[in-house]
Amino acid sequence: MSLTVEETKARNKELIEEVLKAYPEKTAKRRAKHLNTHEEGKSDCNVKSNIKSVPGVMTIRGCAYAGSKGVVWGPIKDMIHISHGPVGCGQYSWAARRNYYIGTTGIDTFVTMQFTSDFQEKDIVFGGDKKLEKIMDEIQVLFPLNKGITVQSECPIGLIGDDIEAVSKKKTKEYNGHTIVPVRCEGFRGVSQSLGHHIANDAVRDWVFDKMDPDKNKFESTPYDVAIIGDYNIGGDAWSSRILLEEMGLRVIAQWSGDGSIAELENTPKAKLNVLHCYRSMNYISRHMEEKYGVPWVEYNFFGPSKIAASLREIASHFDDKIKEGAERVIAKYKALTDAVIAKYRPRLEGKTVMLFVGGLRPRHVIGAYEDLGMNVVGTGYEFGHNDDYQRTTHYVKDGTLIYDDVTGFEFEKFVEKIQPDLVGSGIKEKYVFQKMGVPFRQMHSWDYSGPYHGYDGFGIFARDMDMAINSPVWSLSKAPWKKAA
Amino acid sequence: MPQNAENILDHENLFRQPEYVEMFENKKKNFEFSVPVDKVKEIIEWTKSKDYQEKNFARDSLTVNPAKACQPLGAVFVANGFARTLSFVHGSQGCVAYYRSHFSRHFKEPTSCVSSSMTEDAAVFGGLNNMIDGLANTHSLYKPDMIAVSTTCMAEVIGDDLNAFIKTAKEKGSVPMEYDVPFAHTPAFVGSHITGYDNALMGILRHFWDGKADTAPKLERVPNESINFIGGFDGFVVGNIPEIRRIFKTMGIEHTFLCDPSDNWNTPTDGTYRMYDGGTTKQQVIDALNAKATIVFQQFSAEKTAKLIADHGQEVVSLNHPMGVAGTDQFLMELSRITGKPIPAELELERGRLVDAIADSQAHLHGKKYALYGDPDLMLGLTQFLLELGAEPTHVLSTNGDDKWAAKVQALFDASPFGKNCKVYPKRDLWHMRSLLFTEPVDFLIGNTYGKYLERDTGTPLIRLVFPIFDRHHYHRMPIWGYEGAMRVLVMLLDEFFEALDANTIIPGKTDYSYDIIR
Repeated sequence: MSLTVEETKARNKELIEEVLKAYPEKTAKRRAKHLNTHEEGKSDCNVKSNIKSVPGVMTIRGCAYAGSKGVVWGPIKDMIHISHGPVGCGQYSWAARRNYYIGTTGIDTFVTMQFTSDFQEKDIVFGGDKKLEKIMDEIQVLFPLNKGITVQSECPIGLIGDDIEAVSKKKTKEYNGHTIVPVRCEGFRGVSQSLGHHIANDAVRDWVFDKMDPDKNKFESTPYDVAIIGDYNIGGDAWSSRILLEEMGLRVIAQWSGDGSIAELENTPKAKLNVLHCYRSMNYISRHMEEKYGVPWVEYNFFGPSKIAASLREIASHFDDKIKEGAERVIAKYKALTDAVIAKYRPRLEGKTVMLFVGGLRPRHVIGAYEDLGMNVVGTGYEFGHNDDYQRTTHYVKDGTLIYDDVTGFEFEKFVEKIQPDLVGSGIKEKYVFQKMGVPFRQMHSWDYSGPYHGYDGFGIFARDMDMAINSPVWSLSKAPWKKAA
Repeated sequence: MPQNAENILDHENLFRQPEYVEMFENKKKNFEFSVPVDKVKEIIEWTKSKDYQEKNFARDSLTVNPAKACQPLGAVFVANGFARTLSFVHGSQGCVAYYRSHFSRHFKEPTSCVSSSMTEDAAVFGGLNNMIDGLANTHSLYKPDMIAVSTTCMAEVIGDDLNAFIKTAKEKGSVPMEYDVPFAHTPAFVGSHITGYDNALMGILRHFWDGKADTAPKLERVPNESINFIGGFDGFVVGNIPEIRRIFKTMGIEHTFLCDPSDNWNTPTDGTYRMYDGGTTKQQVIDALNAKATIVFQQFSAEKTAKLIADHGQEVVSLNHPMGVAGTDQFLMELSRITGKPIPAELELERGRLVDAIADSQAHLHGKKYALYGDPDLMLGLTQFLLELGAEPTHVLSTNGDDKWAAKVQALFDASPFGKNCKVYPKRDLWHMRSLLFTEPVDFLIGNTYGKYLERDTGTPLIRLVFPIFDRHHYHRMPIWGYEGAMRVLVMLLDEFFEALDANTIIPGKTDYSYDIIR
């Protein structure tokens, strides 16, 4: 029995009021601004965002270090990223994001390694700059093929007044212009991962672009050169995207940053167009390249055939007829595949409801893919979105969709309990909570160790995964048969 | 077109299709400006050399692939082992997201924990307001019986005083005055996750025993016959604690687990999410003061806690993760000595069956060389067990083990003829281990999930017996303690041996004469 839009809105209102009652008054007031129902025709989703999390409520958010080391910089494969500070941050984020890459790890690529300065008390008391210098020396000896080093600051660095910029400059000079990038992504900065993305973007601008040697790594430009920005190649996402761009006649000169290299970062200002998938984490550098190098950028969405086709056409519209025809050719080529995927899975998924809570672009970008399979997203929210994300979300969500920004563990649990969606898509911290409740779940950060989900090749996997989550026989076992009758 | 609706290709096969292989080659050739293949090969070979090992062991500042985490992780583990207790970490919020993810990836269970979400303003003015608001929110939202506070390095660097902050928060009405908020300072730049376990557990005991931060009278110890058990930081806790409980029950010993997360990380899927399940109750903590003795199963995980308990007049027996036959014998004999109760025939029968299994299989493990790394106590236990099997723990390494620990490992080597060519490596990481596996190869590696990178690089088969284990499921549900646990470990060692032998003999017409049916 599905509710009408008006009934849904009334239900959501009641639900929000109910969860707010559990908070102390001051917190209820703060949280109320982050919870709402989307109203058709509004320019955003009626929620406040990018505001400090409330202490003690079990926010799902991470920190600036996670945004810089974990998201933006970490996947650059031929550089060594030092988790600078105590051992934990690097340990917990070690190889956890499945940024696929090709290379010989420990020799010419280093993504799935944990390099840390492992701060001890004496480093806090006397400062860590000397140790950092020594670490860079040791890296140069033991990992001679590294193409650069980044310093990913953990909380103490900014608090004890270390000068990692000075150390980086000194060592760059000592190692003949070797790229060394200090990043001020201490975890206490900002309100979430989001500021870490911004800081990381700025570090590319200041320590890579502004220091580039124009005579290095020359290649012949073509009118069809593009760079993929904001794809972290989780489970190979950037690869199943790149193949489509190349098939339509474009030449991808860089990937940011999944399976990316320092050379590719440096190639990018020569692109004719930057194509941007994760707007949230890499709009900053895209805007900078537009201003400084005149490279226009366009957002795209490679989840599900409808959005892929629209995106291919949108990207092609920036080029000549050859590329436009190429886009049509690609769309036509994959039609048989997507039709077969939909024919197989849509009947099993039609009408199923989904609630999402993810980061970056996904709370909106994946909606089209679900809709291609006949599913409805009835609630969504961003871990660290800004208002421009919620504006963009209005193009995706239906009237009456429940919106929850920086949702707390308590709220999410109550919302799902009441709405009883057929699927929840969120992260590892949420996964087992909902599965215990008997609600099918897919991790939508890591693709639950599956993927890719981008592109046509990824859509088949996405559809198969959603089907196996929802239609698994295990969910019919969660109630003991002798209890069913009651 | 690589993908196929009828037979969906996953990433491990999809990207091997020719379209992708060609794409990767072009990307590398045209845009990566990468190091020439010959140079890469040269460096690969060099990293296997003695020369590289010397340089690798000479480093004193850089840590690469360590086998340790930071203090608050241990504190969160501890809080999770107390009934209806919510872990509250004072400091930056990203840390808490990491601890929760880390435990959930290992146990495949939810891990509740809140943060006081300190940001720049708190860095300047201190995190008092975050504590005040945070405790109030946690208390009203999640209704725990107790909030166990620990700290991230941010709060430690700026010098926030938990005792004073909690007191102020109570005065401001965040939680009732008499509400239990035990705390522990857990700086990430001191020790490791086992230090955090120690500090957090000590914080809870001290809170209840020593007058609740000067708000209640100190408890008087009235000795009884009960025994306390402290397991230490343990990735197999879900399997191990029920096994130890079974042993206590079999021996008829009244007992208390001080920190028992074995239910909290083992809840059913039956339609209800239990945020809190099982764990040591506050009353049990209070009563534990009166116990006759406390067994600390992992000495290095509870050194300060052991001292606190001893200072309260109890006998404390600190063990080093005893496992295998002699290890379990030692544990049982200590229990018997302390309680005066005999070791029942039932356990003796289990022991006999374990020895029987070892006798059946020992020939396959005799003289096999093992490299192992992990927490200090676990390394001691495993070393002892391997020696007892006639195997050689050739390289025993611990990132958070110190010289005192190394001396204990050396003593085990010295006591066995199989320890003659074995060496212990305190304060080393997995990149050191990589060198060792090349220059002095072994037959098997025992470690955590990250050991799979060593397996890939050096071809040494990995046996997963160390936290965290992310890439195999449910190991943590099985005990590795007691005679039953030793049986499990024995089977794991044997499985890997047989798998390796089969893999080494599987080529038809070439090596498969040794691909035997009976082994």
